[in-house]
Amino acid sequence: MADGAPLAGLLACLSTAVAFAQSAITDSTGREIRPPARVERVYAAGAPATMLVFAIAPDKLVGWTRALRPNEAQFFAERYARLPELGRLTGRANTANVEVVLQAKTDLIVDVGSTSASLASLAVQVEAQTGLPYALFDGRIEATPATLRALGKLTGNVERADELAAWYHQELKEASERAARARSRPRVYYGRGPAGLQTGGKGSINVEVLEFLGARNVAAEARAGLVTVALEQVLLWDPEVILTTDPNFWQLARGDARWRSVTAVERRRVHLAPHLPFGWFDFPPGANRLLGIWWAGRLLYPEAFDIDLRAKVAEFHRRFYHREPTPSQLDSLLAQ
Amino acid sequence: MNARALSYVLAAAALVGLTALAFAVGRYPVSLNEIFSLLAGQPVSANVETVVMQVRGPRVLAALLVGAALAAAGTAYQGMFRNPLVSPDILGVSTGAALGAVIAIFMSLGVFFIQIFAFAGGLVAVGLVYWIGSRLRGHDPLLALVLTGVVIGTLLGSAIALLKYLADPYNQLPAITFWLLGSLAAISPRDLATAAPLALLGLAPMLLLRWRMNLLALPDDEARALGVDTRRLRTIVVAAATLMTAAAVAVSGIIGWVGLLIPHAARLLVGPDFGRLLPLAMLLGAAFLLAVDTLCRTIATIEVPPGVLTALIGTPFFLWLFALARRPW
Repeated sequence: MADGAPLAGLLACLSTAVAFAQSAITDSTGREIRPPARVERVYAAGAPATMLVFAIAPDKLVGWTRALRPNEAQFFAERYARLPELGRLTGRANTANVEVVLQAKTDLIVDVGSTSASLASLAVQVEAQTGLPYALFDGRIEATPATLRALGKLTGNVERADELAAWYHQELKEASERAARARSRPRVYYGRGPAGLQTGGKGSINVEVLEFLGARNVAAEARAGLVTVALEQVLLWDPEVILTTDPNFWQLARGDARWRSVTAVERRRVHLAPHLPFGWFDFPPGANRLLGIWWAGRLLYPEAFDIDLRAKVAEFHRRFYHREPTPSQLDSLLAQ
Repeated sequence: MNARALSYVLAAAALVGLTALAFAVGRYPVSLNEIFSLLAGQPVSANVETVVMQVRGPRVLAALLVGAALAAAGTAYQGMFRNPLVSPDILGVSTGAALGAVIAIFMSLGVFFIQIFAFAGGLVAVGLVYWIGSRLRGHDPLLALVLTGVVIGTLLGSAIALLKYLADPYNQLPAITFWLLGSLAAISPRDLATAAPLALLGLAPMLLLRWRMNLLALPDDEARALGVDTRRLRTIVVAAATLMTAAAVAVSGIIGWVGLLIPHAARLLVGPDFGRLLPLAMLLGAAFLLAVDTLCRTIATIEVPPGVLTALIGTPFFLWLFALARRPW
């Protein structure tokens, strides 16, 4: 962060000036959010929101929803890695206490992800309870630039957010242009869970990266959402590439007799997505999945994705996590 | 041939027919010719061999094993506790296994360790229940055991809930949910080779003691008058049933209804004598779970959780049995 400090300071001054001029913002559920004139402390209700707030204004983030583990913390500056754990506020699986959020002297609550009616009603309810503005934004990959801009306006960091949004938009544009140039599209299976038999059908948030890349997800015919499939079904699909987020399944698929006759295993195209400090491919379902797009794009369409993945990773870290990984960190991230 | 003998013959015939059918159907098309060639040792395509020998075959056998084990354990418990509403998990074996599995998933361990943890969790839970239950003096020993089982089961259930709450919501939580739903989708030949001997080890004492098991239905003092140490016999039955159930649940996850429903059906057919009941319950349990699992893996592109089907079939069948049965169980 040291190299970016003067610039960040300058931006902070600029954006504070802008903050006073701002008016209400409409969030993805169509509600008008009126932030206080100066937003200094922001509580992000889930991991995707945390990442965006941290990217725009790391010093305004009041805490992580889950404290960083040592292997995650190594990618962040000490003062950010030490931020307290406040829990998440995402409806069904809440771990945050509203009083803790209040006690953290929060100016604003933001959530990024699903904008379903139940989450929208949670936002309204928490807003009424706490008197704090609670903004909810669309978490789809394509919506990320727009969400970044809106968050910039809410937090009063417009320039920084717009710059990030423009960069992210450009990255997505480049990736989709490259994906469109792919000459062949291998059949790909995304296997989750220790046995690799959970997967996502068409429209499932878990395979958004695949859908962005226009990949041929063999499980597209299954319903949206996470489902279990029979191993026989996978054998019948006979994927040419297998992607996974589970190291146990990654080991299993490459050594187990049941998986041996799958084309992807025969061709040694079973790949484990890196997961530090936040997963690249599937979860948390946030801006982090840009790296998953580059990673999977290169594996699926090597001729169209003749990119320097190492440089892409370093740049993403610099912009979103405010610290470039060391060469050895990059080595271990890209080891698979 | 009397009605009882007919029940065994029909159940065995149904089991054989279902097994043949189960080998023949599945998501991956395999022709009968290919199966016969494979059985005759003639060469078939590598894919067919993998499907039949590595995937479908072990799964069919696992369904038979888990169905028979749950039915046998349920039969033993219903006789021992003199209560028709008892299922194999009355002493907490399933909840203990679930906690073990959830801990393993929480620690991001692989399939093998999830099974080991589940198996150990089942044994530890019942061991704990039995140890506490047998120390509660001044009560009917069976009642003390059942109550301890319920209380400890609730405690373990809370521990599962806590771990679900703390688990990573995007990754571990779905994995936990899927395990708790139960499934035979991930069975490997090695799972079968590990679980089968353990289940048979549990079955052996039940078979050997099958005539004496009836005495457990008598009040303790009457049984003692007949020269039977009911306490020791009970310990053996609990240990045997727990071993069988834990071995089954470790590979399948929790599949309800089999251990509750099948002993009833068998009792309706051949009466309450344990020696006659046990073989029929095992045949019916194996056939029932095989039928259910075959449906689970064939009716849709995605798997249907077997527990959902057993409940859909089990609930009306159980109520019907109950309405029908007037004889003493």
